[in-house]
Amino acid sequence: MKTSVIVFPGSNCDRDMAVALRNATGHEPTMVWHKDSALPDDLDLVAVPGGFSFGDYLRCGAIAARSPIMRAVVDHARRGGLTLGVCNGWQVLIEAGLLPGALMRNADLKFVCQDVHLRVEEVQNPFSRGYQAGQIIRVPVAHHDGNFYGDEDLLDRLEAENRVAFRYVDANGDATARSNPNGSARNIAGVLSENRRVLGMMPHPERLADSALGGVDGSVLFEALAA
Amino acid sequence: MAAADTQITEPEVNQALASEHGLNAEEYQRILDLLGRTPTFTELGIFSAMWNEHCSYKSSKKWLRTLPTTGPQVICGPGENAGVVDIGDGQAIVFKMESHNHPSYIEPYQGAATGVGGILRDVFTMGARPIAAMNALSFGAPDHPKTRHLVRGVVEGIGGYGNAFGVPTVGGEVRFHPAYNGNCLVNAFAAGLADADKIFYSAASGVGRPVVYLGAKTGRDGVGGATMASAEFDETIEEKRPTVQVGDPFTEKRLLEACLELMASGAVVSIQDMGAAGLTCSAVEMGDKGELGVRLDLEAVPCRETHMSAYEMMLSESQERMLMVLRPEKETEARAIFEKWDLDFAIVGETIPEDRFDVRLNGQTKADLPLKALSGTAPEYDRPWEPTPPAAPLGELPPMGSATATLATLIGAPDLCSRAWVWRQYDHMVMADTVQRPGGDAAVVRVHGTEKGLAFTCDVTPRYCKANPVEGGKQAVAEAFRNLCAVGATPLAITDNLNFGNPEKPHIMGQFVGCVQGIGEACAALDFPVVSGNVSLYNETDGQAILPTPTIGGVGLLEQASQSLRIAVAEHQRLILLGQSAGHLGQTIYLREILGREDGDAPSVDLASERKTGEFVREIAANGLIAACHDLSDGGLAVAAAEMALAGGVGVHLDHSPQDMRDEAWFFGEDQGRYLIAVETDAADAVLAAAGDARIIAQMVGSTGGTDVSLGNDAIALGELRTTHEAWFAQWMGDS
Repeated sequence: MKTSVIVFPGSNCDRDMAVALRNATGHEPTMVWHKDSALPDDLDLVAVPGGFSFGDYLRCGAIAARSPIMRAVVDHARRGGLTLGVCNGWQVLIEAGLLPGALMRNADLKFVCQDVHLRVEEVQNPFSRGYQAGQIIRVPVAHHDGNFYGDEDLLDRLEAENRVAFRYVDANGDATARSNPNGSARNIAGVLSENRRVLGMMPHPERLADSALGGVDGSVLFEALAA
Repeated sequence: MAAADTQITEPEVNQALASEHGLNAEEYQRILDLLGRTPTFTELGIFSAMWNEHCSYKSSKKWLRTLPTTGPQVICGPGENAGVVDIGDGQAIVFKMESHNHPSYIEPYQGAATGVGGILRDVFTMGARPIAAMNALSFGAPDHPKTRHLVRGVVEGIGGYGNAFGVPTVGGEVRFHPAYNGNCLVNAFAAGLADADKIFYSAASGVGRPVVYLGAKTGRDGVGGATMASAEFDETIEEKRPTVQVGDPFTEKRLLEACLELMASGAVVSIQDMGAAGLTCSAVEMGDKGELGVRLDLEAVPCRETHMSAYEMMLSESQERMLMVLRPEKETEARAIFEKWDLDFAIVGETIPEDRFDVRLNGQTKADLPLKALSGTAPEYDRPWEPTPPAAPLGELPPMGSATATLATLIGAPDLCSRAWVWRQYDHMVMADTVQRPGGDAAVVRVHGTEKGLAFTCDVTPRYCKANPVEGGKQAVAEAFRNLCAVGATPLAITDNLNFGNPEKPHIMGQFVGCVQGIGEACAALDFPVVSGNVSLYNETDGQAILPTPTIGGVGLLEQASQSLRIAVAEHQRLILLGQSAGHLGQTIYLREILGREDGDAPSVDLASERKTGEFVREIAANGLIAACHDLSDGGLAVAAAEMALAGGVGVHLDHSPQDMRDEAWFFGEDQGRYLIAVETDAADAVLAAAGDARIIAQMVGSTGGTDVSLGNDAIALGELRTTHEAWFAQWMGDS
């Protein structure tokens, strides 16, 4: 599998993403600088990593979405290429028009870094097909702006089309207000595109993909992609 | 910019103006004697920047020289931007801690943020990629009207900078005491990883080489900041807000990447970050260490504002800037790297052979000073000091009530309750190498791409330092040593961040001298040298000094990061107490929180026993005999046991006190040099026997299991203890 990680000047999870992809695929991902205008040929997956792409002083991801490389990323996604956006990467994919909704400041206005439980809502897609439907996994979040928002029509449509990939839940699998770290509508933690080839998620699967770090629930996602 | 514009506002230089710059009559006379003429306004600014306490260490130097700073593991000790320690396999860890106290009190978010930015720059200036950050924070009483505002701002500022920059903030300390009401402490630690043979230093070399300005543009922010950091506070403090700088972590992140690329290209002769007193200190430092002069042409300095004067440019503390001496043949390559990262790259001067600091603006000389004299002849004081008088004995104490009720009070108290409210706001996992997150004895970060781990802790017990500076200084180092051993790491070296009141007062100077003596003794006895540090004096407001707070940042090494010891117990384990218990109650958390007293002597530290016990813990850990381990510190045995139970989600039982000791002394005494370890039942005999062989005092004191924490016959549900432990911080901040 051929993968690339996009590097913006303020990306800071680019190396973490590359390590997770390398461990899963056995191949070194290409790191693509945001000022480039083309992706490598025959690419299978583009990952847009976490971080603070341009400092996020304005709307998170808004400037990054206008970087030269993003035209190529949008083309890749529109052609059905696999595209994964984690944390800031999800913000960038939303700003680039590849995923719907918005990510607002966390409801309590604070940065939040902690492990959360997620319920895998949807397994008919290349990203989460390695999990069992309804499985509870543990993955960290670390963000200031992860409060997913959509109007009721959008949220209903995402549910109806089974495009909610993950939901914040408690250890028992219940989607409670307390288990929602950022105030996201309907506890939504990750969303798929219509063609199910683009996934945006706030939690960081690449941070718990190594037993030395205390968990491997995240590695299932990368292994499913590589398989 | 027209040259004329910069001249019109320059005031006349005289003793009165020098006083406003923090230079006393004697120091001003020294300048007049040195130059044989009146300095220009810009020159006066340069002297004030170089000779203030913050940059010159004029009150502390005499004592800092007494600290042990060498060892086979030390690659570079104090004097550079950060200390450098060998971790084997051709790699080194580069680290330092530095205070940003005054700015954080005035503007907590930006003050703390730029404190983090400054310490990160100190580390990557030396060619190291930052891999861990910590913060030691001291705030006023929780009921003081300003405390909440400061906590909120400081924590957000630390998170705002570190999270965006992309370094995991893995540990630290938060304490509350009324002595910090008017003067909070923000001590920021950073550590970075580098190849041991690719460390970059600040000494310039070669004549006629370009001096290059890198990074963000220069503005008027922070002019006079270092001078502010060298004076006491009073009610006019709010007027000093404009001297606080504004941080930009996005620029710092780009500066990091650009600098590391630049260093890899071979273009860098020497490099220095622009921290306190910005361009002045960095240029003088590079020239002084390299035995060279420096000429600066200020019109080339990238400025954010128009009509900046030479004085302002030389004293600006705008953030995210570096000064470098360049190999001229690499200029094109170097410039391209900075253009790639959209950062300024400007040649602003050159190295010159004579001992001269020649500062010009549009061809006009603004300062022309003997360079070496700026740092070499800086004043140095042997300030009068008085030793702290010995503490009176405690006398008879009233008997303790319920032991578990006491435990619940302590573990829910501001100084011992959960800090999750704080560290949840710090990204402590970015870089995906954090093996032990905040909440244990020390954080453990894997050395990327290897099995090895580095352990980080910061420690000090200011109430001990106040009662008995020598023992308090020892204790701070010993506790750092113990916390590293408690995760199974071999202690390597420390950085010290010495926060004290006004050194011109003999009893304050006595606290400083005593603490430094204690630190020095502990470093020597534990082979745990000081490799970097920072002194912050004048931490007083309206004459009220802080508690003496010499924060120690300790670093240790693990061969197998994944084998690090944790505090979490499991079912069916035995609890063994290592080290001697005498039931010391002076200056304990028990005394303060339960009896409302802050008196008595600090516990004494037996350094030989500290070392032996630490080595024993590491040895039996390596043999796989330890299931969980926790050092004993604030709150003593019962608090340590409760924390182990909370971390494991399993109850613990501690036996009654020995017959010759009162319950409160046994459960809550704060004798030093102790660890509580949990071992599997079938390993207990082996551990006790090994301890006997090693002449370590070891005793079985309890066991794990169930859902209660019991102290003798007195039990409390673990769930209740957890609620108490986790409630205070968020409730106090109004978040739950």
